[in-house]
Amino acid sequence: MSDTDPRDQLVDHLPALRAYAINLTRNVATADDMVQDTVVKAWTNIDKFQPGTNMRAWLFTILRNTFYSSRRKTNREVPDVDGAFTARLSEKPAHDGRLQMADFQKAFVQLPDEQRETLVLVGAAGFSYEEAAEMCGVAVGTIKSRANRGRKRLAELMHLTEDGAMELTDKATIAVVTAGGSSAF
Amino acid sequence: MSHKKTDPKTVQQIDENLKRVFDVQLQQELPDRLKDLLAQLKARDAGKDTGAEK
Repeated sequence: MSDTDPRDQLVDHLPALRAYAINLTRNVATADDMVQDTVVKAWTNIDKFQPGTNMRAWLFTILRNTFYSSRRKTNREVPDVDGAFTARLSEKPAHDGRLQMADFQKAFVQLPDEQRETLVLVGAAGFSYEEAAEMCGVAVGTIKSRANRGRKRLAELMHLTEDGAMELTDKATIAVVTAGGSSAF
Repeated sequence: MSHKKTDPKTVQQIDENLKRVFDVQLQQELPDRLKDLLAQLKARDAGKDTGAEK
């Protein structure tokens, strides 16, 4: 083995990069275009990657810049949301019940870009607030505020209240269990 | 009642959902054009680098 080429690590980050792109664009075809552009850019500019730093964060940042610059260019305010995002998910029932997942997805795609991407970075992809702030080029407080507003909006859209949060989970679970088991029992 | 902060239980539930959705997306198979992309880039570079050796 020769010295490790950071380009060999790119492949490991493709699924996460694509998941991020899908959440950002809400359109699988557009997401794949973005991932393709990002990989080509990363490959060509690999000398700008500092070994030892977080490659996933670097790739996400490239993808993010690609997304926002293309959005500026096309000046498209209304995103082209496709159904594949939710449809594919509903094929795979989660153990908590697919009803709730589908509802969650519907609520999530309604969030503004900034809140959606912040929640994906810190809520799903496991980046710290500090990392997300650096990736988005904003203050840590801005990231925290976007995450808080995003979570609050999701809670409203899903009618989660302080008292009802767990109750809804139970109801949804019972609903799924009942629907699935009604013929058998 | 309107609270400024979402309560921790709800936050936890929302983040669990976010992770679950993300995990499902992570497990989706990559389309061929993305799977082939790195090999294509590698081949392109190899063609450039070894051009003198041919």
